[in-house]
Amino acid sequence: MSGRGMSAAAQREARASLAQSFLARFEGLKARLPGDARAREAAALAFGERGLPGPRDEAWKYTNLRALAGMAFHEPFTVVAGCNGLLDRLPAIAAPRLVFVDGRLRQDLSRLPGTMRVSGFAQTPDFGTLVHPEREPLAALNTMLAQDGAMISVAEGVDAGTLVLASLAADVHGRPVAFHPRHRVRLARGARLTLIEISLGEGVYLHNPVSEVLVGQGAVLTHVRLQDEAPGAFHLATLYADIAARGTYDGFALNIGARIARTEIHARLGGENAVAHLNGAQLLGGTQHADFTSVVSHDAPSCTSRQTIKNVLSGKSRGVFQGRIEVARGAQKTDGYQMNQALLLSADAEIDSKPELEIYADDVKCSHGATVGALDADQIFYLRSRGVPEPEARALLVRAFLAEALDPIADETARTCLDEAVERWWERQAA
Amino acid sequence: MLEIKGLKADVDGTEILKGIDLAVPTGEVHAVMGPNGSGKSTLAYVLAGRDDYAVTGGSATFDGVDLLSLEPEARAAAGLFLAFQYPVELPGVGNANFLRTALNATRRARGEPELDAVQFLKLARAETRRLSVPDDMLKRNVNVGFSGGEKKRNEVLQMAILRPKLAILDETDSGLDIDALKIVAHGVNTLRGPDFSALVITHYQRLLDHIIPDRVHVLAGGRIVRSGGPELAHELEAHGYASVAAEAA
Repeated sequence: MSGRGMSAAAQREARASLAQSFLARFEGLKARLPGDARAREAAALAFGERGLPGPRDEAWKYTNLRALAGMAFHEPFTVVAGCNGLLDRLPAIAAPRLVFVDGRLRQDLSRLPGTMRVSGFAQTPDFGTLVHPEREPLAALNTMLAQDGAMISVAEGVDAGTLVLASLAADVHGRPVAFHPRHRVRLARGARLTLIEISLGEGVYLHNPVSEVLVGQGAVLTHVRLQDEAPGAFHLATLYADIAARGTYDGFALNIGARIARTEIHARLGGENAVAHLNGAQLLGGTQHADFTSVVSHDAPSCTSRQTIKNVLSGKSRGVFQGRIEVARGAQKTDGYQMNQALLLSADAEIDSKPELEIYADDVKCSHGATVGALDADQIFYLRSRGVPEPEARALLVRAFLAEALDPIADETARTCLDEAVERWWERQAA
Repeated sequence: MLEIKGLKADVDGTEILKGIDLAVPTGEVHAVMGPNGSGKSTLAYVLAGRDDYAVTGGSATFDGVDLLSLEPEARAAAGLFLAFQYPVELPGVGNANFLRTALNATRRARGEPELDAVQFLKLARAETRRLSVPDDMLKRNVNVGFSGGEKKRNEVLQMAILRPKLAILDETDSGLDIDALKIVAHGVNTLRGPDFSALVITHYQRLLDHIIPDRVHVLAGGRIVRSGGPELAHELEAHGYASVAAEAA
């Protein structure tokens, strides 16, 4: 089932077979699916042509979905009971929350906010304008099969505080399920929101969310994501963000769970002095694979983009970073920065790093860099010579490595939530 | 008491220590002097437990405990402290956090209660004042962006907080101006007492004007070639290592 020894032809066949099963599901469900039927048909057409991405797709060169292709996914039950164990695993955050179980919004488990408008995609379906099903096959799959999701909008000038968006996979079926939630976050001019997104679950499943984010003029969205999915899960998340003049999208994604994870972000800086922070950390062990892929489009002058992605890799895990900065012809005074660093805790861990700059303006400042290394033997010995036992010395140095990525997170609630997740990951590695 | 007998050690198959015999009784401060390449730093690292040295013979015990069989952290818990010639930078690790982690690890190993952040800061501030170390040194990342002198002072601050029974100072005087040298010497001298011993490794006699040793040993070619009182340091300064080593041979 892992498919490691599978021939290229067999892999292609497995991908085609899984794609066919998704297309068949669409045919069976489409009469009952909410929203624009034409958008779904177009997505189905695109998905039918492209299929699931394979190693020949440039954007998926380092992330092979053969393990996914060997699966048979089922439709989640419409009503799921008994996920209280998972609710207990959510960090205690005193804020409104939207809870999704197997991709469906559960009003009974949610605490609705008073500071913003919130509804389910199932009730108010809107595919938005930013998503490109013809370009990204996973977005096509999502558009084809999305049944629910969070539609969030904050009105002009409103500071909406913090909202938790939790996605739980309940494993009540005992067989693999797939869900494709469709989220949209819209901040009007001058609005503010801190969105803390947490994904966790049990069992084997595909969580394939697509999010559309619109940051209005001068608005600020802080978007902190914690992906702590089950060890058997596939988490393939695609986010499209459009940031208007003076607006800020401040994103951080921490990936510690899932068998295969991909955090794909397409961010467009569409107005002067817009800012995008696409930061993240990936902490992996065993045979985990996590891919952080970003495309930042500077489409207006004087915009800033910042990316610091840190990878801590143990066991036979593999981290991937693909970062692309595109600067349009008129986007003078662009300031783009990208740094990818990996700490390899074992000889069998691997990192692939692919930065790309595509610049059509002449007055810009763009830089990128990458470092790969192991823990420093001198640093470990220095700590041990001060009485710090070796495991504790290693933990301290790993935390220090992550500090640079985590320290810019100003929101204390989000930071605590991530710090605790880092501790959990570390304990798992030691166990 | 530290007792070293016939200690031999290799680095990458080259023998550096060729049979060291040395005893530092409790309460005494001994100096080890010697030319470059004589094995001074190797001796310090071997005693602290650095693993790129292979001990090929002899023994080293501290208060009867076989040091060489212990992990570096266990040696620290037993009361050993090495002040590094080149203190290591730890980006992302705050100095206060580092010191408290070290102190509490040592206390835990000794079965003593750990200190909380408030108790620790009180202790640390008292030591920074006593050693004329600016308080902001606690807030900075360990040794990152420190000048040579600041790094050495930070070593002495660690020593003052960890209160070892045996301190090994590996060329702590190198690269120091006279003011920093006095602070380092003051840090060692205030720890002196019936329960504290030190091995001061130095190339120059200068530091020994401020830390007066009970005994001076000359290390050359991987062996102790001469031992004597504090006056031996002056003799070395006046006549050089070559004559002393030749005389011993």
